[in-house]
Amino acid sequence: MTHRDLTILVIDENAIRASIIEEGLHEAGHRKVTVIHEVQGVARTIDTLRPDVIVIDIENPNRDMMEHLFQLTRTVGRPIAMFVDRSDTASIEAAVEAGVSAYVVDGLKKERVKPILDMAVSRFNAFSRLQRELADAKSALEERKVIERAKGILMKMRGLSEDEAFALLRQTAMNEKKKMSEIAQSVVTAAGLLM
Amino acid sequence: MLSEGDTGVNIMTTIDNSRPGAAMGDGLPAPVRLGGEGARTIRAGFIPLVDAAVLIVAAELGFARKEGLTLDLVKDVSWANVRDRLAFRQFDIAHMLSPMPVAAMLGLGSNPSPTIAPFSLGRGGNAITLSNRLFARMQEEGALGEVEDALAHARALAAVLARMRQSGEAAPRLGVTYPFSSHNYEVRYWLAAGGIDPDRDVKLVVVPPPLTSDALAAGAIDGFCVGAPWNMVASERGLGRIVAAKQDIWPLAPEKVIGMRPEWAESNAETVSRLLLALDQAARWCDEPDNRGTLAELLAAPRYIGAPIEIIRRVLAGEFAIDAAGNRRVIDDYFVFHRDHANYPRPGQALWIYSQMARWGQVRLSPEMQALAAAAYRPDLYRHALGEAAAPAAPAIRVEGERPGERFMDGHVFDPADIGAYVRTFPVRALAESVSVEQEG
Repeated sequence: MTHRDLTILVIDENAIRASIIEEGLHEAGHRKVTVIHEVQGVARTIDTLRPDVIVIDIENPNRDMMEHLFQLTRTVGRPIAMFVDRSDTASIEAAVEAGVSAYVVDGLKKERVKPILDMAVSRFNAFSRLQRELADAKSALEERKVIERAKGILMKMRGLSEDEAFALLRQTAMNEKKKMSEIAQSVVTAAGLLM
Repeated sequence: MLSEGDTGVNIMTTIDNSRPGAAMGDGLPAPVRLGGEGARTIRAGFIPLVDAAVLIVAAELGFARKEGLTLDLVKDVSWANVRDRLAFRQFDIAHMLSPMPVAAMLGLGSNPSPTIAPFSLGRGGNAITLSNRLFARMQEEGALGEVEDALAHARALAAVLARMRQSGEAAPRLGVTYPFSSHNYEVRYWLAAGGIDPDRDVKLVVVPPPLTSDALAAGAIDGFCVGAPWNMVASERGLGRIVAAKQDIWPLAPEKVIGMRPEWAESNAETVSRLLLALDQAARWCDEPDNRGTLAELLAAPRYIGAPIEIIRRVLAGEFAIDAAGNRRVIDDYFVFHRDHANYPRPGQALWIYSQMARWGQVRLSPEMQALAAAAYRPDLYRHALGEAAAPAAPAIRVEGERPGERFMDGHVFDPADIGAYVRTFPVRALAESVSVEQEG
């Protein structure tokens, strides 16, 4: 049995995450995908698009506005339900944890929608991982920078070689049971006060 | 309890209330009452608003701990989230709009799931603000007196709207917070009392409360009805004029409640009782005038409301700057957190909410629906936890709006015995036919 293509609307203020989801949907063979980044004018979009599935991020405070819209559309016989299967608590939990919420036209077969939501959840998680990795990389870079600066200060003020300065920082960190970057930061701060 | 999910997406802030020295009760011995259910952690969702005060105080000032409870407060961004996270067991309890449990029991909204309210978080806090431009036109109509009069304001707005229709101007857009909110029913009540049809003469839109000032400044909306402190924030910024407060519309209207899943309440009966004891103590504390300074400080913190402390202090005192020109109005009892049985969840109030849902076409009237609506509020749990003496002597379902200080702004009297007749007494209402058909059928 062939199905008509589902119309999917993705609302996400985060343009990068939205494009990651869009790409996933395209890969899964969905052709009728619309992405919007702000809810301004969303009523008109929904009206013309008549989406079967709407994916929206949970952190978006405008979810309450969506509720209002659906309350209005209800009167023209277009009931919309939240999530696919209320009894499937594991997938609901996964969605909420990932930060995905979805509205699905009532009566749509859950087998048809579940892959879409699963995909959205995994893409949301992938995006979070990406963000975390980026943040980690940034802070690692910052730490290296501060260690370099501390090394320079020690070399200048105590006449140490680069290796000796590094060893001193590492030894102090071990003695104090702190991270090397924290010791380095103290050195930089202290130097700032003393010079 | 669910563990805190490592979502990586910053959707909420978990408030650590276990910080040493955070609680005022720290110096006091804490007589922990532990029964069969033992010490418990309750995860509670809230939206940053002044009317979350009782919940916040219970968590921060040791009232929960005294009952052997840890309240794990989780700040959220939308009522839809709060509803869903409660339904999907990520929250045990939640700070909710008073119509939310009623809507949930009636199966309204996009994710209805049975929800009950055994405790009301108090009364007051809402107001209606209009843009300076709209208010100036109301003044031009000439009907406004010296005294603040919500009904006169509504009638003046009706005159302005009639003129706008004549000249082909677009209907003003007014912001509310949620389709099933006290704000939605209050702004509709106010408009209709002035002869304005809220579904035809204006356009009601939903705007998240913290965004209302900016939306007003940008001209995206022409007014709004939201809770504290957002009306005051807009008037202090010189963006709008407060034209009515909740007290003007119906002083007894419940505002926020504590919502929970009925099955959770059943299987954690003792925890529910201890929670209500803690909330009762916290509510009494909030009502003490001497405590309002501390309360303002607590609420103003970024992890809660994150608004200027001076504004929160004045909001709590009901001292309104109604406009930027320095016009002031003091509303007595703008916030009642405990007094006069403010925490008692009266099914009669749930029925009034149901009557307004019917009035505006959100639900059809039937005896079955009426029973479901009344069952959303659970005075039995309140009485069980706090004792018969804590409950009011008056019946839970009674005629509303008859007594002085309890009247509706348009003088109507609500008789829950015949909600259909009550709804039909309003000249401005939606879906009149369905109301009468259901009644006769």
